[in-house]
Amino acid sequence: MDLLEYQGKQLFARHGVPVPQGLPAKTVDDAVKAAEEIGYPCVVKAQVKIGGRGKAGGIKVAKNRDEATQHAEAILGMDIKGFTVHEVWIEAASDIDEEYYASIVFDRSAKAPLFMLSTQGGMDIEEVAERDPKAIARLHVDPLLGFQAFHGRKLAFEAGVAADVVRPVGALLEKLYDAFVKEDAMLVEVNPLIVTKDRKVAALDAKVTLDGNAAYRHPDHADLIDLAAEDPQERMARERDLTYVKLDGDIGILGNGAGLVMSTLDVVAQAGGSPANFLDAGGGSKAEAITSAVEVILSNEKVKAVLFNIFGGITRCDEVARGLIAAFEQIEPSVPFVVRLDGTNDVEGRQILADANLPNVHPAKTMDEAAAKVVELAKGGS
Amino acid sequence: MAIVVDKDTKLVTSGITGREGTFHTLNNKRYGTDVVAGVTPGKGGQDVEGIPVFNTFAEAVDKAGANTAMIFVPPRFAADSVLEAADAGIDTIITITEGIPAHDELRVFDYLKSLDRDITHIGPNCPGALSPGKASVGIIPASFFKEGNVGVVSRSGTLTYQIGNELAQRGFGNSSIVGIGGDPVPGSSFIDIIAKFEADPETELIVMSGEIGGSAEEEAAAYIADNVSKPVVAYIAGFTAPPGKTMGHAGAIVSGSQGTAQAKAEALESKGVRVGRTPTQVAEIAVEILGG
Repeated sequence: MDLLEYQGKQLFARHGVPVPQGLPAKTVDDAVKAAEEIGYPCVVKAQVKIGGRGKAGGIKVAKNRDEATQHAEAILGMDIKGFTVHEVWIEAASDIDEEYYASIVFDRSAKAPLFMLSTQGGMDIEEVAERDPKAIARLHVDPLLGFQAFHGRKLAFEAGVAADVVRPVGALLEKLYDAFVKEDAMLVEVNPLIVTKDRKVAALDAKVTLDGNAAYRHPDHADLIDLAAEDPQERMARERDLTYVKLDGDIGILGNGAGLVMSTLDVVAQAGGSPANFLDAGGGSKAEAITSAVEVILSNEKVKAVLFNIFGGITRCDEVARGLIAAFEQIEPSVPFVVRLDGTNDVEGRQILADANLPNVHPAKTMDEAAAKVVELAKGGS
Repeated sequence: MAIVVDKDTKLVTSGITGREGTFHTLNNKRYGTDVVAGVTPGKGGQDVEGIPVFNTFAEAVDKAGANTAMIFVPPRFAADSVLEAADAGIDTIITITEGIPAHDELRVFDYLKSLDRDITHIGPNCPGALSPGKASVGIIPASFFKEGNVGVVSRSGTLTYQIGNELAQRGFGNSSIVGIGGDPVPGSSFIDIIAKFEADPETELIVMSGEIGGSAEEEAAAYIADNVSKPVVAYIAGFTAPPGKTMGHAGAIVSGSQGTAQAKAEALESKGVRVGRTPTQVAEIAVEILGG
């Protein structure tokens, strides 16, 4: 789960990472109240999970109440690269002297958290990495040992951090690591990490990704889900404990097992179709889960045809067939379905479907045949 | 021969008294796996259809001679269970559990490595390992597979069944099938398992099924070019996956420009590994190489 900037900063603050004072606001009134409380100059910052907010006009400095009103009015509701701004963060303006970059990524290959620190902050770090790879100091932290003070000094000296702030930068990195581990983050990024004119350090931005698998030990993380920005189908699926990802196309997909579903999307695309979603009904899919999943798929109005691709292992094809029949009783779909059942109890499953004689349900023997058929149906063939 | 599990496997299941744990352990036993014990703290002395239950892995090793552990406990207990199995001296650990926090997986991986023992940890979030005709540990529907010369290693369960089934329809069986799982920090990588298949005299061809996220496939490509004499056929799932979205498996995510299916397929092809674009094509290429 990705966090908004201000959520990331609030999480940083809990672990002692210095951040400028700020308040979130969802309306112009609240934004102005927040600005009055924080004082001027302050910064009105659009809260969306996409980079390039500044260039898009989503970050503005307000010197007084009028400007705060004006900026909040302009930014709230603004569209930034397809993301609507539902919330702003009003923050005390910082007197910036230097801009650094710091991040910790979960390095799957090295099996260790990877720290990166650079004095070339405030810009796209991938560009910096390409132009001047030596400008980024890198260090893996042994997760069994944890972050040591010398790690901070090593990174800071290697990156060329100004000598007078090596210690505070090191201390900030240590707290950042604490947040990374204790909050079960997959990524924390601070760009820029600033040094102010009075030589204080602070995180001026925050990008944080949390591990959904660790949610059980962080009940507070549930409050960080950005309901306003959540896609309606994705929300519906989440509430029903279904693994669903919305895509742009018009062919609804249901399968069992993440790998098989990914593969199904690819095979449909190769057949000239465009998948509307990823939906993994999971191992051991029961009838109710199938009904629930069909409702989610069809709630996306773009869907013109649906493909069921099941290879039964723990999942039994007869259960899937019964689930599909139950779904048809409850929702009477208006779009055609192509159903491929293979694996555990496939013969029974196909027989159950044949006997039910559901309208507009087309059986297919193989994955390739099923994909070709659903693409044809979505294009209006029969 | 076969890899990971075979006739010498003496299995202990952690979480044997849970519904799923009981169901799949008994399935494995029916298949012919030598299931010697279960572990559930506090339920020592009981039995599950004749399989003795112990309080600790240490007891299961001492009293029942267990040498392979299957972890079936919920995510919050699973990392601890893996560590306990290793502490008891078990060198083959297969973790079926899905949903273990990535940081826990990281600590388990680094700790097991630091022990300087030859521990094989398969999973988490995997379907297990099957050596047809010998032993099955996990949830792979074993009846679809027969003995043969194709080794399969995969990040996905159902995709393994799909590819295995296509091979079976064309008359080919498997030496072993190993699901390494869909999490960000698998205990065993493609490289670990491919190395075992390379050394296994029964295996004549290796099928690897990868997916988006991480760089394990790219690393395997380089390894295969330098170390593997047997033919390898690959499949990669997730060409249509959008960046930044987790596609079901916790590890299946394209981060920025990293971990795309395209890059993985290209890395493999550049090292001479043939990549099928559909599961069916993978089976066709395998059959072509084996001369079916």
